[in-house]
Amino acid sequence: MRAFRYERGLDTGQAVALVSGEPEAAYLGGGTNLVDLMKLGVARPRLLVDVTRLPLGSVDPLPDGGLRIGATVRNSDLAAHPTVRRDFPVLSRALLAGATGQLRNMATIGGNLLQRTRCVYFQDVSRPCNKREPGAGCSAIDGQNRDLAILGWSPQCVATHPSDLAVALAALDAMVEVREPAGPREIPLTELHRLPEDRPDQETTLARGGLITAVRVPGLPFARRSTYRKARDRASYAFGLGSVAVALDLDGPLVRDVRIAYGAVAHRPWRARLAEEALRGRPATPENFRLAAEEELAAARPMSHNAFKIPLIRNLTVRTLTELAEPPEVNR
Amino acid sequence: MNTGTVGIGRGHPRLEGPAKVTGTARYAAEYPADGVAYAWAVQSSVAKGRIVRIDPTATLAEPGVLDVLTYENAPRLHSTESAELFLLQTPQVHYRGEFVALVLAESLEAAREGALLLRVDYDTEPHSSLLTEHHPGLYRPEKVNPSYPTDTALGDFEAGYAAAEVQLDQTYRTPAYHNNPMEPHSATARWLDGRLLVHDSSQGSTLVRDTLGRLFNLPAETVRVISAHVGGGFGSKGSPRCTPVLAAMAARHLGRPVRLALTRQQVFGPIGYRTPTIQRLRLGSDADGRLAAICHDAISQTSTGVEFAEQTAVLTRSLYAAPHRRTTHRLTRLDVPTPSWMRAPGECPGSFALECAMDELAVACGMDPVELRIRNDTDVDPEEGLPFTSRNLVACLREGARRFGWADRDPTPGVRRHGRCLVGTGVASAIYPARTAGAHARARVEPDGSYQVSINATDIGTGARTALWLVAAEALAVPGDRVTVEVGDSDLPPAFVAGGSFGTAGWGWAVDKACRELRRQLAERHGGTVPAAGLTVQVDTMTDVAEQPRYARYAFGAHFVEVRVDVDSGEIRVPRMLGIFATGRVVNPATARSQLIGGMTMGLSMALHEEGALDHRFGDWVNRDLATYHIASCADVEQIDADWVDDPDERVNPLGIKGLGEIGIVGSAAAVANAVYHATGIRVRELPIQPDKLLDRLPTT
Repeated sequence: MRAFRYERGLDTGQAVALVSGEPEAAYLGGGTNLVDLMKLGVARPRLLVDVTRLPLGSVDPLPDGGLRIGATVRNSDLAAHPTVRRDFPVLSRALLAGATGQLRNMATIGGNLLQRTRCVYFQDVSRPCNKREPGAGCSAIDGQNRDLAILGWSPQCVATHPSDLAVALAALDAMVEVREPAGPREIPLTELHRLPEDRPDQETTLARGGLITAVRVPGLPFARRSTYRKARDRASYAFGLGSVAVALDLDGPLVRDVRIAYGAVAHRPWRARLAEEALRGRPATPENFRLAAEEELAAARPMSHNAFKIPLIRNLTVRTLTELAEPPEVNR
Repeated sequence: MNTGTVGIGRGHPRLEGPAKVTGTARYAAEYPADGVAYAWAVQSSVAKGRIVRIDPTATLAEPGVLDVLTYENAPRLHSTESAELFLLQTPQVHYRGEFVALVLAESLEAAREGALLLRVDYDTEPHSSLLTEHHPGLYRPEKVNPSYPTDTALGDFEAGYAAAEVQLDQTYRTPAYHNNPMEPHSATARWLDGRLLVHDSSQGSTLVRDTLGRLFNLPAETVRVISAHVGGGFGSKGSPRCTPVLAAMAARHLGRPVRLALTRQQVFGPIGYRTPTIQRLRLGSDADGRLAAICHDAISQTSTGVEFAEQTAVLTRSLYAAPHRRTTHRLTRLDVPTPSWMRAPGECPGSFALECAMDELAVACGMDPVELRIRNDTDVDPEEGLPFTSRNLVACLREGARRFGWADRDPTPGVRRHGRCLVGTGVASAIYPARTAGAHARARVEPDGSYQVSINATDIGTGARTALWLVAAEALAVPGDRVTVEVGDSDLPPAFVAGGSFGTAGWGWAVDKACRELRRQLAERHGGTVPAAGLTVQVDTMTDVAEQPRYARYAFGAHFVEVRVDVDSGEIRVPRMLGIFATGRVVNPATARSQLIGGMTMGLSMALHEEGALDHRFGDWVNRDLATYHIASCADVEQIDADWVDDPDERVNPLGIKGLGEIGIVGSAAAVANAVYHATGIRVRELPIQPDKLLDRLPTT
């Protein structure tokens, strides 16, 4: 693998200055994705700046009942955090649905959001990929695309974003705090990742050299009634075939408010705003949940091997919302 | 730990367990070697063609890179006994991923970077990599592995089938499966004064030594191959592989030791894989399920360089009675790496088709699938007419059914619910040959009363070393702590590879014979007193094995599986799996159970997860790591158990041992598939059974 320099022990400003000042520099968090990609020759940084010792490792309550999660908090620690488990179960469940215990112990929250697609063609430098090499062509669109996108893809790229955490954060209206060379900025989580369009190599709206410093989850009392369901080929250590993050607020038999986001269907976590809008003020019934999911999925364009994701996402939407709508005493 | 009375049938932990878990047990890539250089293999990016130019400029400019080995400068090899081993000798490319160069460097990282920078240009030709039942290249091989007739027939299948009251005609498909031992293939090679020493991750170092001798034109006694500890093989290290050859070539070229370890990605192809199969099964029976006609037609693939003919339909020749029967094998040569041995080659994919077809026949007859199998049991091998050394299939089926709680089973599919899951159960039979081969073994006693037993057996993680130690302690009738066993070195008395479920029966036979001969000589010639110089005997069982009387020699088993299928997601989970086996005398219950459970788990994995995803545009598989080529995770295996029935067998060999390394995988995928049918009413005949194959046919409420 390509020789690289390694830096740590800087403050946040120095780290950002260093990475933005070099054309082939990258931040190193838990390394659970980047180091693999370096071995495969997909990522070839000349400089790694280790951010895991920056003072970004705490989870702090916010006055509105929300949480500010430091970018270097480990996935395992956030999943086990008592406040997260009580107030945002969707977050804890999404984290625990991802990877393996060993990987979660290493992986960081900031790194999780910036992990790369697991499209097999992207990860193999012997095959063309527009994301790796713009203009080379997309091998996946007419190839093994069972695991790939049904929403928002372009002829240039059909990859999916692999994070489970990001799906839950999208549902919770999380804000991403970033430090860029021009200064600090906040980005709604749903706007952090781009759709591929004609630039699949540009995955986020971060400025070059930008560093995620924290994720802010606003207070949302009804998030206590939230969950995450991920369907996968095997019971552990598998990227999703499809996943849903949901939170539900009921007003008697009616939906007062609802949050729905989908994973493993697009180049970014997919906030299902059409489905949400279809449900607000309507009776919380399985039939309405199904109609709402179908409204969201009407835009889906399946490829040769992944049409099953449409009924899968629909079913998971109905299932999770139905379970949340049941009175808590029978919900367990 | 190793004190007191030990012997056959008394469970004992692996002798090398502490060394393995503390990291002191050395594997092939871990042996220290002064001045060792690192090799990195470069793979072809085209499926068929010819190298026209190799530009090593950027590679050689990388700091630490020593040289690039290609067909242009590699040492010449002398034997072409296997085209797969005729490495770096010609510019021809036979499949995508073939090794076309080795980058040699002072460090692993530099070698890897140098490999990425190597520029190789090709003239490409159109390739064919997709197996279909209509492939124009299908032909009838002369024999199938290892030496079975290609086709067999008895009675008149067509007439028997046409006259049958119940007829079943279905086609089953299995994809390519990739052997993924924890330890990828690796070797450390060094030359000293014309002698070659290789530490190789191999299932049989005698064979590797002989092959290296021929390839490098060396007398066998100048080559030594050590495989002391091996991190699994599942057949993929059963015949000599590319790694020791490449490491030895590079070491000769550089004049210093060379280490080569494949990456996980690199084992997907160049070291072999289980061929995809297409199998047509036709069963004809009377209304009571008694088989009149069986036909099993199997299609598989091989490469352009080597004929590897998987014996897919062979088990159908021996499992069930029927007067009219036929089996056939057809093969086609594709531009792909050569398929190779993978746990229960032939029986594994073949049993998926046959045992699913039997389940379908049970449904068609309205019969219990356990009873259907019992009804078609046989006293003699149906094709050979030979008696079995022992045949306890029915005992396995009955004991398994009893312990699993099969008796109350409602055969109606798709009617049992557990919350949002459909629940079902399935059964399948298992059969695997109880063969063996002759071996040499040495036993020595020292004046202090300690014994050493030496045989070039290989312990690939199975517990073979411990099993042989139990056999030796029993034969010598001494406490275990006075006996040591030496294996895994080609300088030891030669023995066959760890494969074919031969090992414990065949190596054990030689060890037992050596130990008993030592005791006899000690008693008869030395009055029971060990001479001052000690006493050594060496024996072999070549004649004993060759002169064994003719019998049908098989182990048997039965699998019982429960599955749950989530109606919303199509996800399939296996809460219960039970295997009951008849495998003769069990030498070490602890490691035997582990082998059986391992095989069953691999069958579960085959049923639900594993699939080499071929992209025939490129000509190879695109899922080449353990994140994308799924094997069952621990969470996929819930209550799994294996046990055995009494199977006394004095005919199979003197110790009454039948190997059990492979039978656990035979039939287990079919039992899972049959349970999925029982749960959902959906019959999936193409593995793996994944959510997308069920989702649109599951109930919506």
